[in-house]
Amino acid sequence: MKFGVITFPGSNCNQDMIYVLREIMNQEVVELWHKDSDLKGVDFVVLPGGFSYGDYLRSGAIARFSPIMESVVSFAKKGGYVMGICNGFQILCEAGLVPGTLLHNNNQKFICKNVFLKTVNNNTLVTNKIPTEKILKIPIAHGEGRYFIGNDGLKSLHDNNQILFNYCSESGTVSDEFNPNGSLENIAGVCNLQKNVFGMMPHPERAADTELGNTDGKLLFESILNNVLA
Amino acid sequence: MNFIAEIDIMPQKALLDPQGKAVTSGLNNMGFKEVTNARIGKHITLELSAENEEEAGKKVEEACKKLLANQITESFEYKIIAS
Repeated sequence: MKFGVITFPGSNCNQDMIYVLREIMNQEVVELWHKDSDLKGVDFVVLPGGFSYGDYLRSGAIARFSPIMESVVSFAKKGGYVMGICNGFQILCEAGLVPGTLLHNNNQKFICKNVFLKTVNNNTLVTNKIPTEKILKIPIAHGEGRYFIGNDGLKSLHDNNQILFNYCSESGTVSDEFNPNGSLENIAGVCNLQKNVFGMMPHPERAADTELGNTDGKLLFESILNNVLA
Repeated sequence: MNFIAEIDIMPQKALLDPQGKAVTSGLNNMGFKEVTNARIGKHITLELSAENEEEAGKKVEEACKKLLANQITESFEYKIIAS
């Protein structure tokens, strides 16, 4: 499978993502530049984490107008697979490819730590290999990760099973106590209605190498390959 | 004609504004006990040329909707001044 990882000015998780896809998952990876408009025939586009364009105005707001994003939007509209992690998720929200938006954490702090995630929908391209009862431990690292959406949007997320993950306790309790950033209903990741565009704040690429002592994130990459290659 | 647009972008009232909350408690701690709430937004000044004030207003409105404000969480107001 051919993955494309986009580098925006200020991306800083692109190399981690490329490493995991290339070295751990043994996949072909093309590095895409924000000024390109050619997606080079990739099957799956990844928007990595970082601080694209210095997070000026709002995180993701300027990156959305990069030449490459026009191609990503039309690729996604045709059913192409796109995933945004952290800043990539913020960009997808600003581009309107996934519903909702991400605000400053409710405690005004940048939070960098492992969190626990409960998979809400195990039947998507990125979650299908995650066992139903499995609680994932995956790190977050963000200052603006408070997911928000209006009431109608929230209802639509529920009605169409678009919520991917909730922040929870180690044993799977979803409550305010285990909500690191004030996200609405502990939402940590969502997908679009058509279920080909995925966004999440936690970093699975930072939890995919046995050398790092945690491979929970690898389940997402295995899900992608399982579904597409099957 | 040249115009200046003075744009205010504010977080919507129903939303928690953690920055404003931190400033409120900072002011209270300094002795400004009468301050009960602070909300923090952005002020943007645009210089632009347009046929007339109405045209300038339309452009500014579009810029706010497309980029300057995120309408899911922010509201905006602007004033157009001939320069």
